[in-house]
Amino acid sequence: MLNYIIRRICYAIPILIGVNLITFVLFFMVNTPDDMARMHLGVKYVTDDAIEKWKQDRGYDKPLIYNQTAEGLSKLTKTIFFEKSVAMFVFDFGQADDGRNIAHEIKSRMIPSLAIALPVFLLGIWVYITLALMMVFFRMTYIDFWGVVLCIALMSISSLFYIIGGQFLISKVWHLVPISGYGTGLDAGKFLLLPVMIGVISSIGANTRWYRTIFLEEMNKEYVRTARAKGLPESTVLFKHVLKNALIPILTGAIVTIPLLFLGSLITESFFGIPGLGSYTIEAINSQDFAIVRAMVFIGSFLYIIGLILTDISYTLVDPRIRLM
Amino acid sequence: MEKEIKKPQDRCTEADNSKIIWLWIVVAVGLLSACGQPIWNSPYPSEDASKNILYNAFAERPKHLDPVQSYSSNEILLTAQIYQPPLQYHYLKRPFTLIPQTTHEIPLIRYIDEIGNELHTGEDVASIAYSIYEISIKPGIRYQPHPAFAKTDQGNFRYHALTQKETESIFKLSDFMVLESRELLAEDYAYQIKRLAHPKLHSPIFGLMSEYIVGLKEYAETLRKIADTLPKGAHLDLRDFPLEGVEIVDAFTYRIKIKGKYPQFIYWLAMPFFAPIPWEAEQFYSQPGLAEKNITLDWYPVGTGAYMLIENDPNRIMVLERNPYFQGEYYPTDGMPEDEENGLLSDAGKPLPFIDKVIFSREKENIPRWNKFLQGYYDASGIGSDSFDQAVQLTSHGEATVTEEMQQQGIRLETAVAASTYYMGFNMLDPVVGGRTDQEKASARKLRQAISIAVDYEEYVSIFANGRGIPAQGPIPPGIMGYREGKEGMNRIIHQWIDGHIKRRSVEEAKKLLAEAGYPDGIDIKTGAPLVLYFDATSRNADDKSVLDWMRKQFKKINIQLVVRSTDYNRFQDKMRKGNAQIFEWGWNADYPDPENFLFLLYGPQSKAGNHSGNNAANYDNPEYNQLFERMEKMDNSSERQAIIDQMVEILRYDAPWLWGYHPKDYALYHEWYKNVKPNKMSYNNMKYLRINAELREHKQSEWNQPVLWPMGLTIIILILSLLPGFITYRQKERKTEIKQLMG
Repeated sequence: MLNYIIRRICYAIPILIGVNLITFVLFFMVNTPDDMARMHLGVKYVTDDAIEKWKQDRGYDKPLIYNQTAEGLSKLTKTIFFEKSVAMFVFDFGQADDGRNIAHEIKSRMIPSLAIALPVFLLGIWVYITLALMMVFFRMTYIDFWGVVLCIALMSISSLFYIIGGQFLISKVWHLVPISGYGTGLDAGKFLLLPVMIGVISSIGANTRWYRTIFLEEMNKEYVRTARAKGLPESTVLFKHVLKNALIPILTGAIVTIPLLFLGSLITESFFGIPGLGSYTIEAINSQDFAIVRAMVFIGSFLYIIGLILTDISYTLVDPRIRLM
Repeated sequence: MEKEIKKPQDRCTEADNSKIIWLWIVVAVGLLSACGQPIWNSPYPSEDASKNILYNAFAERPKHLDPVQSYSSNEILLTAQIYQPPLQYHYLKRPFTLIPQTTHEIPLIRYIDEIGNELHTGEDVASIAYSIYEISIKPGIRYQPHPAFAKTDQGNFRYHALTQKETESIFKLSDFMVLESRELLAEDYAYQIKRLAHPKLHSPIFGLMSEYIVGLKEYAETLRKIADTLPKGAHLDLRDFPLEGVEIVDAFTYRIKIKGKYPQFIYWLAMPFFAPIPWEAEQFYSQPGLAEKNITLDWYPVGTGAYMLIENDPNRIMVLERNPYFQGEYYPTDGMPEDEENGLLSDAGKPLPFIDKVIFSREKENIPRWNKFLQGYYDASGIGSDSFDQAVQLTSHGEATVTEEMQQQGIRLETAVAASTYYMGFNMLDPVVGGRTDQEKASARKLRQAISIAVDYEEYVSIFANGRGIPAQGPIPPGIMGYREGKEGMNRIIHQWIDGHIKRRSVEEAKKLLAEAGYPDGIDIKTGAPLVLYFDATSRNADDKSVLDWMRKQFKKINIQLVVRSTDYNRFQDKMRKGNAQIFEWGWNADYPDPENFLFLLYGPQSKAGNHSGNNAANYDNPEYNQLFERMEKMDNSSERQAIIDQMVEILRYDAPWLWGYHPKDYALYHEWYKNVKPNKMSYNNMKYLRINAELREHKQSEWNQPVLWPMGLTIIILILSLLPGFITYRQKERKTEIKQLMG
């Protein structure tokens, strides 16, 4: 398995270089270093000299990808692309264009993002699997029918509606939790209750239906018939046999998202005033801060690759027939 | 036999279970109803409820808190409370009046000629080679406590030579345990002026100031050369390099030498760009290992102002706390006649500040911010367009006031016209709207005048700004010297005076002008083709579609087709710099209350095309206007200056290089416990004047936010009731399997 993991990590390097190159090209197709300088210096009283000075100070005064005036290998290394990219592969993200340290910023924002995303993820999986198993248990009854109807209804509602509706009812009308905000330590609990609840509820429809489909597929397999023929109670069939065998498709969807939990959620964090990573990239795009954009795209790609590797490893844990070669 | 015995037992258990469940429900609902006195939805710790804290919200995170770089209004809101430039604006007096802040008096200005002779007055502008501003600060002003000032018993700086091991255990400024202060000195002001030219700092006003402060441009060049020789990250101590234009006379006096006469410079002395920076702070922050943890001067300011920043998490919260060394400033004892009546002088003569702590919480979205204001968790709020109707209504006299719902909560409305203007400009380099030959120019002027009449900004303000603005009659907004009210200030090209009111001229008059311009009924008489104009706008969201549709409709009134060329902001700016746009929208916020700050936007040498740093986006260049501007900008305020301004404004109205647009009016709501509020759109260091009745706030918060608990009980009951049939079915199903098993 170790060989497999090393090989997968090696495969990741060209992927990350490619993603970095695409991000670079897309970003500089829309923004020039002069535009970036103007954005940071403001529109009033900005002189051409000030723009040049800013570019020089931030290292944006070189050619983008190919330096014609340089000699030998420097043609490729004395460029914005090389100088801004190479440090990233050792996780040195440098400074944002406003002078702040990106790694420090990411570290401080990651915890609030996780504080919401992790409970939503864990609680969500438990709720969705429970509801899906319940619907499967009561399949072909009114509970299953109305459960599916409810799921479709819940799927049809925008997540923004859950947020605004939840804030209105629970915080504004019933005064049960703060509308928005974030605290540290135990104080964080009262702020997280509502976003976590909404995070779970807003995905009930889609996820419960998805898990229900997986379980129903398993229900028609022969080992289930055998279990029933043995006279096992339906609950034992579901929890001991069906759930265990349905874990592979569940893990495929779930494990890959675990590393991405660090990146947070844009809308939820915005509405609930959570100081997470959700809006970091979009704010950077708006302020034309390439240093942040490339760092976040790099981290996103890296975490996604890690998620895929973790998924592969998890298969071996739930299915003894699978071996990573 | 066993199974038959089991059945009644099971039935009995089910009945018992149901009873127990019902009992739990009753107990739960009872418990939930019984409790409820404390507030559950407060976003603040309960122990802070009665404290003298002001709660504010901010949407956009500040980028810079270093006064040499900071320029945005959301940044200056913080820096103005922390840093003290030598001057400030009087809190209550209007028009805006400069008063001393850290100085004894408004600086004396001496004028000298080329050979160094002192001139008695500043009237002979041609003879003035230099203006000398002599600034004397008050002794005894002290900086906030800060580790940069901390010394050991031996008198050495405690934290100026941190080892790698020491920096490893530091994560934020509060990790430094010893904080000290020192007295404010004139050299600190001089140090900050030198910082405008620092090679690693990017001051937005360096370009402008290098034209005026003697030797600043050369100083920047010198510093750059020295910085190039230093190792990366090394501290550049500006005390070692003198700047010709700044002289330290004694510990509390310094002089600034300005080229020629620049009367507007006095206003810059009220802005944080000219606030003092102690060299110790710069040296402290330049140590390796601190910037990686965002411990920089840009993140943790060091000032002498009424407040100091004690927490800086711009993603969540920023906290200002009273500077324990701040003293010697008192609430004004005089103001405008109406101030006494409005209770704005009831704290006259009391020492400042009144509030102990100011907490700014980040709220990116309007809905939660507005709701928290209504719950009493923010003390003041702006009014978004989606909550405008809920908050504001118009009286029968057309005055804006709060709605009944707001009145019941004790919320009051304060309005103020901002020293800003939003306008639509014509690119005067364009052959159609600007003209090239004299004949074309005359024709284009009539075209612009016709459009100026057709585009109804009264309607625009009413529809798109909820009435929050006044249609502009020229470039100068109210509150700025040179602005004239009523009939005297009316733009006669666009409006006329009817029954004591300003009325826009009719569309027929606009059409007549259009015909005179060579476009009868919107048809170009030379080509016979319909007149098509192009509006270069930055990318718009879906909400702005209605604005663009409205704009097209205005042009259509005189049969001109308006084509919107939408683009992103970068490309838009590029077009403007190259002079490729035809019609565009722009705005300007005043830096200081002088008409020069608006009239220079149409001064020829300031043209944006060709001179990228210029602010004359319309590229308007009228020699007569330019000449008058050059006279006016050097003059002190007087009736003669007013006459020149009037003349300049008349030229502009006739030439119509802008559709004058409107001056926005800011509306803000305040709770009844919020005292001493007088909107001041020019100065930002106002928090020291504000007062909070924390006791009343606590009482109202408690009254408005009692938890409503019955829905929780009801939800639990509904959940149980909906699950009960399922539970019964489950039991039946399981029993069926058991029976089958036993039967089998």
